Amino acid sequence: MHVTRGFTGRPRVTHAGLPPGQYDAGDDWPVLSAEVTPDLAPAEWTFRVDGIVERPRTWDWDEAQALPASAYEGDIHCVTGWSKFGVRFGGVSLDAFLDAARPQASATHAVAYSHTGYTSNLPLADLSGGRAWIAFAYEGKPLAPEHGGPARLLVPHLYFWKSAKWIAGIRILGHDEPGFWEQNGYHARGNPWEEQRYSGD
Amino acid sequence: MTETFTSPAFTPPTRFAVPGRIAVSEQTAGAWQTATLTEIRRETPRAATFRFAVPGWAGHLPGQHLMLRLTAEDGYVAQRHYSLASAPDDHGHIELTLDHVDDGEVSGWFHTVARTGDRVEVRGPLSGFFAWPGDRPALLIGAGSGVVPLMSMVRHHRARGLAVPLRLLVSARAPEDLIYADEYGAETTPLFTRSAPEGVPVGRLAAAHVAPLLAEPPPGGWEAYVCGSNAFAEHASRLLVQAGQPVERIRIERFG
Repeated sequence: MHVTRGFTGRPRVTHAGLPPGQYDAGDDWPVLSAEVTPDLAPAEWTFRVDGIVERPRTWDWDEAQALPASAYEGDIHCVTGWSKFGVRFGGVSLDAFLDAARPQASATHAVAYSHTGYTSNLPLADLSGGRAWIAFAYEGKPLAPEHGGPARLLVPHLYFWKSAKWIAGIRILGHDEPGFWEQNGYHARGNPWEEQRYSGD
Repeated sequence: MTETFTSPAFTPPTRFAVPGRIAVSEQTAGAWQTATLTEIRRETPRAATFRFAVPGWAGHLPGQHLMLRLTAEDGYVAQRHYSLASAPDDHGHIELTLDHVDDGEVSGWFHTVARTGDRVEVRGPLSGFFAWPGDRPALLIGAGSGVVPLMSMVRHHRARGLAVPLRLLVSARAPEDLIYADEYGAETTPLFTRSAPEGVPVGRLAAAHVAPLLAEPPPGGWEAYVCGSNAFAEHASRLLVQAGQPVERIRIERFG
């Protein structure tokens, strides 16, 4: 341990929900997208699941809205260091889409991609079993464009760069394939509880 | 990672993703190194530059950032990402320019406690996305301390005597808030949003500043780098798109 002379830091808060190296962002919700926020209306939005699946399929806005509603209430964690507690997203469980597309037995990973072309890679296990959503709403209101509206992927148990904004689709693969930040040195999985920020962590 | 990629990488059937500019070393990002503070220079009433000796520094490209951490006696750690301000050729030395953030535990330590000889830890350089290797014409737009990674590019351009076009539009509230004010040359247009020097208009970044640069782009077009608050980044990137800059050639780094 390299103690920094004279550094005391903020008052210690013991919050069981705070992963190592993170701080509570409070009411802030920083926007960190690396690309231009797209002008994407719900009527233009589509979401596709394909790759090694039995039934590749595309949903439009109305079709996605017609699926059973599912909400996430909990915390989110950004690799830059902030965490946000007790947020509420409304949307549809990704399981509803995967159940329709039926990934084949050899499926192990996926690349989530945005209408901007942004990508992030995830193990399929992190996207299924009630752990991931397509989110349309935040705190009861339509998701703002700068936060990924009209629809974003939500995988709250991983660092938030995995939760691709302006989600356009999920390509199911039989191998791992680094996405946008992962090609830029970020960790392949991004588990905040193991502080998997960068490749090699 | 042991996975080998046998098939071509999947490319989304959508607008093209802005690719990273360079390959990033896994080794350099992984290791924490000791950085010894060798100099503190005041830039503005709220910003100062901190120069460090990092003997094992692997080098960086302009636009890259690092992670810095401070450790308290009880083991409490605070870590932040900061853009590198210095040009890459400063062997074994790096510079950061930090705003004094209200209640900022890390910037607060730097601005009120730190003195030369103090040691902190850094890892990096990180991320190739916002890096500029000095190859393509660069149109740089920053506000406040968002100018820091852009200044690394300006310094690199100068130090290497690069012929590739480079322009910087930098927005500050007032002349006394303009970081690196004495260093700018003909490549830079400062903009002032609250008060300006005699004879200079007050006003935020507008289409009139961006349009002339995009009306006559250099051969190959501009690679645009935008850095600042989210509000500024949204504003500046919209102006660029409206002026005809392709979205896949706009790289944005937002504070947060």
